[in-house]
Amino acid sequence: MLREALRFKRLYLAGAVLLTILATPLFAQSNGVSPTNIFAPDSTPAHSIFRLSIFELEVEGAIFVVVFSLLAYAVTKFRQRRKDDDTEPPQVYGSNQMEIAWTVLPVLIVVVLFLTTAQVIHRVQDARRPAGTTEVTVVAHQFWWEYRYPQYGFVTANELHVPVSDLQTPTPTYLGLLSADVDHSFWVPRLAGKTDLIPNHPNTMWIDPQETGIFLGQCSQYCGTQHAKMLQRVYVQTKDDFDKWVHAQQQPAVVDPSVAAGGALFIAKACFACHTVRGTPAMGVVGPDLTHLMSRDTIGSGAVPNTPENLRNWVHDPAIFKPGTLMPKPDLTDAELAQITAYLSTLR
Amino acid sequence: MQVVYEWLGTADHKKIGLMYIVYALLFLVIMGIEAILMRIQLAHPNSTFLSPQVFNRLFTMHGTTGVFFVAMPILFGFANYVVPLMIGARDMAFPRLNAFSFWVTAFGGFLLYASFFTAGGFSQAGGAPDVGWFAYAPLTSPAFSPGHSTDYWTLSLLLAGVGSIAGAANIIATVLGMRCPGMTLGRMPLMAWMSLVMGGLILVTISPLTAAQLMLMVDRYMGGHFFDTAAGGSVVMWMHFFWIFGHPEVYVLIIPCFGFVSEIVPVFARKAMFGYPAMVAASVGIGFVSLGVWAHHMYTVGLPSYGNAFFVLTTMLVAVPTGIKIFNWLATMWGGKIRFATPMLFCTGFLFQFLVAGLTGIMLATAPFDWQLGNSYFVVAHFHYVIVGGILFTIFAAFYYWFPKVSGRMMNETLGKWHFWIFLIGFHLTFDPMHIPGLLGMPRRVYTYEAGRGWDTANMISSVGAIFQVVGILIFVYNLLSSFFVGPESGNDPWDAWTLEWATTSPPPEYNFATIPEVKSRRPLWDIKHPEDPDWKYE
Amino acid sequence: MSATHSAIAANEGTWQIPSRGRVGMISLIIAESAIFAIFIAAYIFYIGKSLNGPTPGQILSVPVIATICLLSSSFTMHWAVGALRKGKIASFNVFWLITLVLGAIFLGGTAREWHHLIYEEGFTIQTNLFGTTYYSLVGLHASHVAVGLIGLLTVAVASLMGKVKSEHSERCEVLALYWHFVDSIWVVVFTVVYGLGR
Repeated sequence: MLREALRFKRLYLAGAVLLTILATPLFAQSNGVSPTNIFAPDSTPAHSIFRLSIFELEVEGAIFVVVFSLLAYAVTKFRQRRKDDDTEPPQVYGSNQMEIAWTVLPVLIVVVLFLTTAQVIHRVQDARRPAGTTEVTVVAHQFWWEYRYPQYGFVTANELHVPVSDLQTPTPTYLGLLSADVDHSFWVPRLAGKTDLIPNHPNTMWIDPQETGIFLGQCSQYCGTQHAKMLQRVYVQTKDDFDKWVHAQQQPAVVDPSVAAGGALFIAKACFACHTVRGTPAMGVVGPDLTHLMSRDTIGSGAVPNTPENLRNWVHDPAIFKPGTLMPKPDLTDAELAQITAYLSTLR
Repeated sequence: MQVVYEWLGTADHKKIGLMYIVYALLFLVIMGIEAILMRIQLAHPNSTFLSPQVFNRLFTMHGTTGVFFVAMPILFGFANYVVPLMIGARDMAFPRLNAFSFWVTAFGGFLLYASFFTAGGFSQAGGAPDVGWFAYAPLTSPAFSPGHSTDYWTLSLLLAGVGSIAGAANIIATVLGMRCPGMTLGRMPLMAWMSLVMGGLILVTISPLTAAQLMLMVDRYMGGHFFDTAAGGSVVMWMHFFWIFGHPEVYVLIIPCFGFVSEIVPVFARKAMFGYPAMVAASVGIGFVSLGVWAHHMYTVGLPSYGNAFFVLTTMLVAVPTGIKIFNWLATMWGGKIRFATPMLFCTGFLFQFLVAGLTGIMLATAPFDWQLGNSYFVVAHFHYVIVGGILFTIFAAFYYWFPKVSGRMMNETLGKWHFWIFLIGFHLTFDPMHIPGLLGMPRRVYTYEAGRGWDTANMISSVGAIFQVVGILIFVYNLLSSFFVGPESGNDPWDAWTLEWATTSPPPEYNFATIPEVKSRRPLWDIKHPEDPDWKYE
Repeated sequence: MSATHSAIAANEGTWQIPSRGRVGMISLIIAESAIFAIFIAAYIFYIGKSLNGPTPGQILSVPVIATICLLSSSFTMHWAVGALRKGKIASFNVFWLITLVLGAIFLGGTAREWHHLIYEEGFTIQTNLFGTTYYSLVGLHASHVAVGLIGLLTVAVASLMGKVKSEHSERCEVLALYWHFVDSIWVVVFTVVYGLGR
């Protein structure tokens, strides 16, 4: 009796786990499970993919149930029993009809899946660009994101702001995707599928998020040591909030005389060689634009929250948070560190 | 000393086969250690158990080792040992080339692992390659990979590639040119057919990798610009060339495993293989179609929509002959009297798991779905389902099935069952939940991850499962070693099987057969055991 | 083709299976063709894409003599093997040596061309995409000619020592297969580099 049950244990285990995987879309609808859940789409490309994937899961679920049941039946019903004699069962060498049947039926399923898929590919990749889109050029670096807004004339880093869209009057954001060094990939699951950023191979993608809020993602093509911490934050804002943010970003850096010493050190210690602070002589483009550093929630492309303590530690030695990052450890005394940190803290 | 020389200088296919297998088992253990270390690191978010540099070297070495120094050698090893016996030959077509293939491959593996002892030293994982097993340009260019780690990757695989191509030519010449009288192509065991298809695929699949790696060396050492974007070069071209190799390569790996299953399931179900011609046609079909699917690894690269659509179609189509094979195995079991000895247990696990792997594969074949799931842990789960749940399970089955022939002793059946159940639990604990972080946005090749993404629990369970797999493998290795020395004698034909290898002694003499056999059907031993109802009446 | 008579199943007729040497060489040829195909694909893809530096039209001159020599060598090779099969060792030696010489002339021609390009035009593998793909592709082919010449030389030496007889014709045929392959690849490379690319 126990042996009999044991034969089924594996099947139950496998079946249970697999059903759980298939049921994930159901329980994962709420963002409570994950902020990067592909089954919680909030933008047309992600929605298109979601609908296609549900259809496909249903078809595959049916195939799975049928074939799994047949296999399970075969391994239980046709076991050698103890009371069996030692004669061989009837030898069956094949059946042309069966071969045709289980060739034709799968081909038909493939045709259906292919046609529905081709339609979605076309709808996402070849979508016509409406008027009133926001254009952002994304340049991926090892290990941070540069965001240029050519329509507004400024550059920022690591936190992408876009206006919310709606289906009646869409105001999508089109992203031009470039790379400054190696291959990267832009993946914010709730907004769209991922698209790669490849040197000498510009790509484009688009998003039209329908809810405001923060959407998370991260680089999804191995790009070197700190690939894991090349995180993405997309801030979807109402039109008004977005315009306010744009306006603030367009301003040159705040000039606070109380931190002038730090500002001078920023130049003297060659920070300007990699970083831009608009309105000052610092115009480096190797590292992120710091003009409005304090308007960002995180440092190091999502590596740590943007707190005074973290900022100080980052400037002291970036490798504390992101070993392998390309920013070298600056050569600063404690006093110099304090002054530069104070200066950076004013760059709102 | 005499024994050492005998093995170092042998050109006997059986000894070479065993050397391949032992070599691969050694690297399987090493691969497993690399995996355990990575799973410890990934069990918790923001773990600091391993530095990013070490982790990145580990996943690169794990993948490279697994494909080139575990899977390929072990499958060559089994083919080497078994195929000449099955076709009634005394050895492979080119015995000395066979030895050369083994030694050049073996040297490649040792060269790759020498990299662990360079640069920062072993505790830092040395100067081992850290560019991922597919080594995308321009990460491999001199600018982004200074030092020699990428060169270890390139050179060791160039060597292994030479060994594989020579081995493939050898297998093809053996299967076509060494069959015993009466064994037409339509009568040879499916294992021989699968070896033939595997060989043919290797010829056209490893070569593109060799070409691409030569190009990489030109870039790295001769100032060439094949993948140099500053000179107008294309890194997408590397991807094309790599995947033109990389996708058919996985069929190279699974097709001999189909051969194992096609030998084992009939014997344990006590029925002839259902649909032999369809199995042959499906395998050849898979071989050909698999050459046209490669860009499904590149759906996110920005190919035009009709390009992506084409590869969706070809990739889904390759599932059709694969499904045909599953149905034929099912039909073989149908109406049989299945004995669930350890080889059959592993084949049964394979059948269920390969079904699931195929279905997740169709999801990934669907380009838009892949735009979400590609390069995520869903892909990692999928391919481990194929490689561990499919390939490794059938390799275990092959061990238990042919061990008696190789050694003259039976492996312990109780330990075999413990191995199966514990490894099965471990496999499912690790790889079933692994699909979930992929669905929830976790990319692959990350040395750590943020908390609060919903990935923590699944990663922990996956890591726990690894422990079970280790235990299973330890039981297996113990069983192998102890059975080799004190297992009960097996006799020539312990499974009551039907192909020619079971007609000679266990182990076979160096010359395999006293007289070269002659066959009249696909199951010569069935004909002998059932003179009143031989196969050749029905074929 | 080798044939083994089966004593017992006489009614099955003579057991025919392909010769292992031929199958092995054809397998090698298939693999090498795939390697060349990738280099040719890269060459074609990069036509016209160099950002600077000389173009094929500007500096390549068609190697007519070398090509004629190489392609003729396939004919002389074919006649050599035919002569050997018939046991005409003297004829075989003559044709075989001519093949070798023609192959050597081809390599010499390539060497001269490269010397001119590198030292007089300053055009190297580093110059631009055209340079990289040109030297790689032509060089890959030339290396295969060189390997073939080594094989031819080995047989020539053995023959001059009197060791090659008509029963070895099949082995020479296998080597001939390789040589014909190298020639056919040159037809493709020639067309792509000196025809298409210019």
